[in-house]
Amino acid sequence: MTVIIDYHTGNLGSILNMIRKSGHEAVISDEMEVIKSATRIILPGVGSFDFGMHMLNTLGVVNVIRQKVLEDKTPILGICLGAQLLCQSSEEGKMQGLGLIEARVVKFPSASDGKKYPVPHMGWDHVKPAKTSRLMPPAEEVRRFYFVHSYCIQCRYATDVLAENTYSLRFHSAFEHENILGVQFHPEKSHRFGKEIYKNFIEQY
Amino acid sequence: MALPRVIPVLLLRDHGLVKTLRFKDARYIGDPINAVKIFNEKEVDELIFLDIDASKNGKEPPYEYLAEIASECFMPLTYGGSVRSIEQIRRLTKSGIEKVSINTAALENLSFIKEASETFGASTLVGAMDVKKNLWGKYQVYSHSSRKVAVHDPVAYAQALQGAGVGEIFINNVDLDGMMTGFDLELIRRITSAVDVPVIACGGAGTLSDLEQVVRQAGATAAAAGSMFVFHGKHRAVLITYPDYRELLHIRQD
Repeated sequence: MTVIIDYHTGNLGSILNMIRKSGHEAVISDEMEVIKSATRIILPGVGSFDFGMHMLNTLGVVNVIRQKVLEDKTPILGICLGAQLLCQSSEEGKMQGLGLIEARVVKFPSASDGKKYPVPHMGWDHVKPAKTSRLMPPAEEVRRFYFVHSYCIQCRYATDVLAENTYSLRFHSAFEHENILGVQFHPEKSHRFGKEIYKNFIEQY
Repeated sequence: MALPRVIPVLLLRDHGLVKTLRFKDARYIGDPINAVKIFNEKEVDELIFLDIDASKNGKEPPYEYLAEIASECFMPLTYGGSVRSIEQIRRLTKSGIEKVSINTAALENLSFIKEASETFGASTLVGAMDVKKNLWGKYQVYSHSSRKVAVHDPVAYAQALQGAGVGEIFINNVDLDGMMTGFDLELIRRITSAVDVPVIACGGAGTLSDLEQVVRQAGATAAAAGSMFVFHGKHRAVLITYPDYRELLHIRQD
């Protein structure tokens, strides 16, 4: 069963709704035993980096997630803040991230080359896969997704980058390293393009 | 680069959809859930629901009904209408609302925006203002609920909203509401050039070209409209509609 980890940050119903629309099921849970039995993990998130890590620590699930992902090779998909928590560190906070992907999270500058870039980066953007992936297989139509974020991910290794976008600076809007995946955008708010992400994650991983 | 957005604005009254003309003469146009399903099919960028009943009578937002609407929304959803406390915003986000639009409560007490922004983050908050020209042709921020015209100048007020921590500013032009004669580009331009946060322009849209103008000529990040997406033809027959993505491409391309 696909488990959406509930660490008490915002509304997770929209993710479950979209997964159901894609023809699949998932459970929302904060319980250790449920998370241990997961065949796939979705780590959602809205809010700040340290708050997210603090909540994961409070629930006591950090080691379980690490063990499942690193040893059992359970696929994990981080969404927005959830993707950032998979990284090593963030300029938004002092705490260490889960460190499952070699990447760091940096703040968007509010201006670049004399042009203003309002932060948060909010709205739809085109996303083009930078490598072959089952999450975003080749498609004729350019995908578009809804973004809301003030901090962005920069992967250390180009081979981990699944998609790159630019907003005042270049950042990695999706990454994939073996069973570890993350997307900065919100698939649950991105119509059929987002539905495809959940469908592919559940069917292909 | 975030793509410019095109946003239908839907007015709620007693679990029904209505559309106004210059903020008056609310006409029933249909079932909200049904409209959301159509807008899903049309892949709209975003939806804004404003509960005109809640704002006018200071009622609580209809949380359960909004949760039902949100469960059908596979796009971002903003709610506005009588939001004046942190607890209300918390309940709205739990109901599946991404962004909360604050109008009267901010006019009365700007520090509420500051507190809400610190609690939920700027991206959850839309600062909304209704703008109307007075008898001497001067723009003023209009308080819909108490039926009084406030003294605020829209540009200075937009800057104050930004300073207090809203993530976006929603400008609704009362005089143009439902008119479908085009946006007030001058008003929007004045505001977009004075603030850094994204500006959603509303009031007056009747054609695709209007949407394009407010984005390209007046600097709006998003073009919002009511009548254009719910009425069809000169007799204003009710028809929920939204342009095809290809029709909007010229708005979105640099």
